[in-house]
Amino acid sequence: MMFLFIAAPLVSVLWQSFHVTKPIYEQVEVETCVPGLLGSSCVIELKTRPILSDAGKIITNTTYVGLQSYRNVLQPEKLRTAIKNRSWREFTNIRFWSALRFTLVFTVLTLPLVLGTGLLIALAVNNTVPRLKGPVIFVSLLPFIVTPVIGALAIRWLFIGDGILTAGLEWWLQKDIAMFAQAWTIELMMYIYRVWHVAPFAFVVFYAGLQTVNQDTLEAAIIDGASRWQRLRYVIIPHLMPLVVFLTLIHLMDAYRVFEEIVGFSSSAHVISLQWLTYEFLLQDGTGARAISRASASAVLTMIGIAVLLAIPLRRVWREQRGS
Amino acid sequence: MFFKKISVAAAVSVLVAGAASADCSNTVSVKTISNAFPAYETMAAAMAACGNVTSELDKDHRLKIVDAFSANPSLYSMTSLTNSTSVPMIDADLLRPLDDLVASYGKDLNPNQFVKIDGKIMAIAAFANTQHLMYREDILSDLGIDVPTDWAEYIAAAEKIQAAGVVDYPIGHYTKDGWNLAFVFVNHFLGEGGDFFNADWTPSINNEKGVAVLARMAKLATLMDPEYLVSDSTFVTKQMQQGKIAMANLWASRAGAVNDPAESTVAGKIVMGAGLKGSATLASTIWWDGWSIAKNISDEEAEAAMKMIVASMAQDVIEAHNDDAIWLAPGFVPGAAAQGAFATAAGQAPNYPMNKYIGSMHGALGSGLAAFMTGDKDAATTLADIEAAYITDAKEKGLLD
Repeated sequence: MMFLFIAAPLVSVLWQSFHVTKPIYEQVEVETCVPGLLGSSCVIELKTRPILSDAGKIITNTTYVGLQSYRNVLQPEKLRTAIKNRSWREFTNIRFWSALRFTLVFTVLTLPLVLGTGLLIALAVNNTVPRLKGPVIFVSLLPFIVTPVIGALAIRWLFIGDGILTAGLEWWLQKDIAMFAQAWTIELMMYIYRVWHVAPFAFVVFYAGLQTVNQDTLEAAIIDGASRWQRLRYVIIPHLMPLVVFLTLIHLMDAYRVFEEIVGFSSSAHVISLQWLTYEFLLQDGTGARAISRASASAVLTMIGIAVLLAIPLRRVWREQRGS
Repeated sequence: MFFKKISVAAAVSVLVAGAASADCSNTVSVKTISNAFPAYETMAAAMAACGNVTSELDKDHRLKIVDAFSANPSLYSMTSLTNSTSVPMIDADLLRPLDDLVASYGKDLNPNQFVKIDGKIMAIAAFANTQHLMYREDILSDLGIDVPTDWAEYIAAAEKIQAAGVVDYPIGHYTKDGWNLAFVFVNHFLGEGGDFFNADWTPSINNEKGVAVLARMAKLATLMDPEYLVSDSTFVTKQMQQGKIAMANLWASRAGAVNDPAESTVAGKIVMGAGLKGSATLASTIWWDGWSIAKNISDEEAEAAMKMIVASMAQDVIEAHNDDAIWLAPGFVPGAAAQGAFATAAGQAPNYPMNKYIGSMHGALGSGLAAFMTGDKDAATTLADIEAAYITDAKEKGLLD
């Protein structure tokens, strides 16, 4: 069962990335009459139409194309010229590489922020009056409970056009501000949104971890004259290290598949992510077809990317395990 | 996006208020999917009043209908279609020829409403649509600006309005990244007399016409709200209603809304003009918008769907919502809201092409143009990259060898 549900889709994606399925077309002369404001107009023209089988399905033909779909996604010739010209602009003008650039920056930048914010909230909550803990935990968890797309949209509406926060900023700075007009402001909003959304998860995990810190060790540290910072640095954080690795793994996997932000902030004109690229290939265009092969290739590349990213923390864990 | 789906049920009570025609009560369950703007809200409400109709109004319905109608039974009884969205549906043979149903129930329809492919009625158009000038009459006459008739005059007028500083931004335009931005290019390219394809369907947009269009789009961008890459037709309609812009080239189907006193703060001040000319012809395209019935449903359901189509465009519905669209069904009286569309049609605006190649080209333009607008690429590189993207796409989809 496990094999069926996990491996089969992966195999099928891999297979599709090496094959292309095309409908078989024929040229037919068709008379089309369409309404207009001033009456119908008819034209007879040669149209390209798919051939239908007896069962009424479009007849398709599948061929092995090797790495062609990967080449279509990666555009290696353009990449080579960009590298040869040492041009960052040419590099980011290739859709895949610009998506990879954003995805990596997004993943790497939000990681420490999520970990740091999560730990700060956890420490703060841990130190509040016990009576207040329940409500504070509940409120801190809210951003994580909100559906990602809805959360992104909520933030977008605060800023788009004359949204209240943009209007507030404009009033405060006495300056016309358009948050959705350039890439960097949109990217900034996406980073802030992701940290806002995911930090509660890091908080819950760290908070649980804080409950298991050995009180004797802490007390011993206090007697030894360790400051609050030293206790954090030498007792608490080492204790929480396995959780940091766990959160890092989860966050790398999650953030590398960034998608909701692109939709929610309509950022596709300025920045796109790898997941968005796959989605774009999968969208039906006016022909009713999807670029399944390129979408599959892009999906496989995303999987490879995640695997490479995870390799770094995983290797560390493996070494530690072996060391102990 | 796809979450902008509106369940009509809520809207119904507000909209209909007795607009339903007398005798359309329906007992068979009918499910509809359609685009989402005022004319479809009106029709969905009229159908809902007959009973047992569930309507889904979704701006991105085009992304769903091919798969939904391929199912057997189809997930919807009927869908809204246009020149463009009908192509994959007809190719995949997902629509029911309507001749017999029209013969039985469609005597009230206008023969001009039928979309015929090889003599068979495949869709029933409800209204025609195009894009034309809408302008604030008060602002233009205050500033002594003549009503522009081509894009050069339009830009000159916008610059004067900008200099006068009477509105936030002189113009608005549907330039949202993706389909909308590509559509702007398509219209302007046709307006320059361009032909998207060579005889063998290879692309031909990387030429002086394409460059001229991009130069104009860049110029227009400086006259708009800087967030123009997220601006769709609804966004422009609101800008117009809130008095933030003075002119727009917008869909005729929004002409009623911009002057609707219930929504607009400047109702009555907006006048409709013809579509604007490029250097060769009008940079506007004529569209039909209407209903088709799924092939993979029972005859009984199809019959009920046909009755609902007729009910959605009954004379009393159209009379009550005359300005929502350029209706094609009987009962429509062209008013002030329609004059821009008729002037555009009289100016020989071409129909948006009904073929597969433009579908692929539209997609390539949609993902390739933003890089030019944001300044990441120059015009020639943008057009060359779009041509390359079209070729890759058309090859993968079997349209080019």
